[in-house]
Amino acid sequence: MTAFIIRRLLQSILVMLTVALVAFALFRFVGDPIASMVGQETTLAERQELREMLGLNDPFIVQFFTFVSRAVVGDFGISYRLQQPVMELILSRLPATLELALVSGFFAFIFGVGFGVYTALRRGGWLSSSIMTISLIGVSLPTFLIGVLLIWVFAVEFQWLPSFGRGDVVDLGGWWRTGLLTESGRASLILPAITLGLYQMTLIMRLVRAEMLEVLRTDYIKFARARGLTNRAVHFGHALKNTLVPVITITGLQLGSIIAFAIITETVFQWPGVGALFINSVRFVDVPVMAAYLMLIALVFVVINLIVDLLYYVVDPRLRVDRAGAGH
Amino acid sequence: MSQTEQSQTERGKTPGRLARAWDSDIAWSFRHSPVAIVAGAVSVLIILAAIFAPLIAPHDPFNPATLNLMDGFTPPMEPNAFTGNVYWLGTDNQGRDVFSTILYGARISLFVGFAAVILAMVLGIAAGLVAGYRGGWVDGLLMRFADVQLTFPSILLALLIFGIARGFIPPAYREEMAIWVLIVAIGLSDWVQYARVVRGATMVEKNKEYVQAAKVIGAHPAKIVLRHILPNVLGPVLVIATIGLALAIIAEATLSFLGVGVPPTQPSLGTLIRIGQGFLFSGEWWILLFPSITLLALALSVNLLGDWLRDALNPRLR
Repeated sequence: MTAFIIRRLLQSILVMLTVALVAFALFRFVGDPIASMVGQETTLAERQELREMLGLNDPFIVQFFTFVSRAVVGDFGISYRLQQPVMELILSRLPATLELALVSGFFAFIFGVGFGVYTALRRGGWLSSSIMTISLIGVSLPTFLIGVLLIWVFAVEFQWLPSFGRGDVVDLGGWWRTGLLTESGRASLILPAITLGLYQMTLIMRLVRAEMLEVLRTDYIKFARARGLTNRAVHFGHALKNTLVPVITITGLQLGSIIAFAIITETVFQWPGVGALFINSVRFVDVPVMAAYLMLIALVFVVINLIVDLLYYVVDPRLRVDRAGAGH
Repeated sequence: MSQTEQSQTERGKTPGRLARAWDSDIAWSFRHSPVAIVAGAVSVLIILAAIFAPLIAPHDPFNPATLNLMDGFTPPMEPNAFTGNVYWLGTDNQGRDVFSTILYGARISLFVGFAAVILAMVLGIAAGLVAGYRGGWVDGLLMRFADVQLTFPSILLALLIFGIARGFIPPAYREEMAIWVLIVAIGLSDWVQYARVVRGATMVEKNKEYVQAAKVIGAHPAKIVLRHILPNVLGPVLVIATIGLALAIIAEATLSFLGVGVPPTQPSLGTLIRIGQGFLFSGEWWILLFPSITLLALALSVNLLGDWLRDALNPRLR
């Protein structure tokens, strides 16, 4: 057990170090850091002095170590474009992204499980078939196109919902500003959350449907029916309960993808989150923001994968017996 | 090898090459799948239209001399209020014919898509062959790297690679290099699938008798891998490449839509949709709708074609 955990931890640290190396290389080799700091009239001697003072003449390893130790405490320097500390920028935009990701994940889970159960139980019904067909289209539509089409229908044609921004936000004290407490904030959240969650919803729906169909054929379902349990108890107490373990795992793993696709959704809806910040940093080659986002997203993925692996280990006893024999 | 090749072509001559192709399993499966026929027809139609865009397009949208600003915002199938010109799919704000911009846009989308798939395929096949044939630490290293890469969604990776590569290119070359950077970014984000499949197939093939025989003759490992093993592992690669093309087209469209893909001087379908979104609120819906439909039709039909190919090449489903 400990050996496995240590190996996984080491692997995660190695991945983070590799990403840090890329981020550092960005810092070090994209343009001249001195040139982006000083004015034109700075003399060569002054530039040399500054270079020495900032440690830019130190060996590569020393500089990399300084970079990593600063990154660990969240110091990524100052954005070239916005002239603000990068961490401050990211923290001020993080709540918007997290709220969007959580709401759309919630939406995907509720509707995915609901539709999945319905289509599994009413197989062949016209509503089930149309849900399945629509989900097929939903999978093949690119995320940004879904967003644009939703804006067209609900914001332009019907004018029911706002098409951009977060609406009014309430300060929750500290740095967390939430849009969930105001009416315009909730209204602004609907379209982006659907856009972001639609793909995950179809994924969960298809998974739940497949698992339900599988479970409904098993013996314990027949026994449950033989015992005279109601349909409701059989479907939800027995069948659904047993499908939820893989569904929760997949949903957990998808959390990373939700954060990734948030970049697209945020750009479509001009949502003031971290993803939109990143896109702008790519467009204007704002290296500190890019590097920080790179590290942040890598951290999110590494942590999610680590947790899922450890959970598997706890849940599945087969992994515990002889891990070494499995060839990993 | 040369002898078997020769005897195959000789045998092929008797019923004729085309007839033989028509009678093959894969063609039979194609003729009996309405979805595949429609998807194939739509894909071929769009690809041909893109290739022959300069011949088909009513005017060249990138030649300012052929544009008339008075023609701007002409709705589809209606004569323009000032000039009386009629455009099938309407015009955009600069008077560019939407139909022509779509043809040229599809050209760029398909070029980026195909180039990215070829890059990913070459990288993936090379890595897979080496990992599968050599084994040992090379295999371990490549596959661990692939595992790590697989945990990230490929669109995010493409975006990150694009951002990093853009950082390393001097500002003066950023615009003109953008298309190549985009191809590299999408290609690098998508090689893992190929590598895994080829590695698996190579590991099966390398223990078969014909490889043993080649080894006994004393053939060079590179020759064994390229001439004997490679042709036998290409089947599944074809399936991945087809689905990969759909994904690459969508990835390109997404990045261009986000404004970090191809430069505005060479608009792809994604760029056109991005432009169209700007006119949504002022009511010029056709600037958005037609490029979106083209992108959707292209991605969906290539995707369906890939699905069909996967089933057709799967011996267990026959």
